[in-house]
Amino acid sequence: MTAETFTLVDGDHVSAVPASVIEALVAAGDRPLAIDRDEGVAYLGETALVRATRLASLEAPDFSLPDLDGRVHSLSRYRGQKVLLVAYASW
Amino acid sequence: MWQALHEELRDYGFTVITVALDKSADDARPWIEAARPSHPSLIDTGHVVADLFNIVNVPTILWIDERSRIVRPNDVAFGTDTFKHITGLASAKSLAAVRAWVRGEAAAFTAEEIRALQSLPTADDQQARAEFALGDWLFRHGRAEAAARHFVRAGELAPHDFTIRRGTMPMRGLDPMGPEFRTMLAEWTAAGRPYYRPLPDTRG
Repeated sequence: MTAETFTLVDGDHVSAVPASVIEALVAAGDRPLAIDRDEGVAYLGETALVRATRLASLEAPDFSLPDLDGRVHSLSRYRGQKVLLVAYASW
Repeated sequence: MWQALHEELRDYGFTVITVALDKSADDARPWIEAARPSHPSLIDTGHVVADLFNIVNVPTILWIDERSRIVRPNDVAFGTDTFKHITGLASAKSLAAVRAWVRGEAAAFTAEEIRALQSLPTADDQQARAEFALGDWLFRHGRAEAAARHFVRAGELAPHDFTIRRGTMPMRGLDPMGPEFRTMLAEWTAAGRPYYRPLPDTRG
């Protein structure tokens, strides 16, 4: 069963699109697209070229994430300080 | 873990920022509350930072300078020696290196050296991240079975990415410290591949 309308998720942006848009994105073969035809949802990711180019420039990519209180912090807010960025997990 | 370092060096214009790659704030909460941090302790359920910085396992650290430039790329460092008997990685070297950097006592890597130490993402890595993100969206919308299919597919595309292969186990109802993880780890290391990949000067 393939859905006729898809929910297309692009980062925080969510839209409803006809299946033809999904097929066009597949055909374009540019940004990575993960598709669940049964559920009618697709996620559009970022290319390796964009990610790799940014990392190789040595300019830290900016991001905004919440703390436990829901307060959002952006990396760019800490410009002017040296930052030790630590990614960890409970797993 | 890093709170002591953060406090020790705060007069040098330094801050720690921790990012939890967990499936919920609740999973990260015990760690954060135990640390009682005075530094930003962020929650990244969507693995945004893993995507942006090509992070494939935890713990991963980076040094970013005052001009927002990466001066030490992805490295493995533990804030304590609690896991040293398992990982073989002691915290002292990493902590000493951070202190020397922050206090301006150490020569920085050149841009060329940093780039030589970077691991850049491939098309498969990014397709894996899209599959992970789709699985994550489905999981959050109550479609756990559908989500699991995409988590598995993501792990097939990027078998070295343990933020996916191990990080999604809790969303698949698997214990990330349990038998499925141990099997995965055994298969990985049996082929001569290290689970942790510290930078050459971090290795003891």
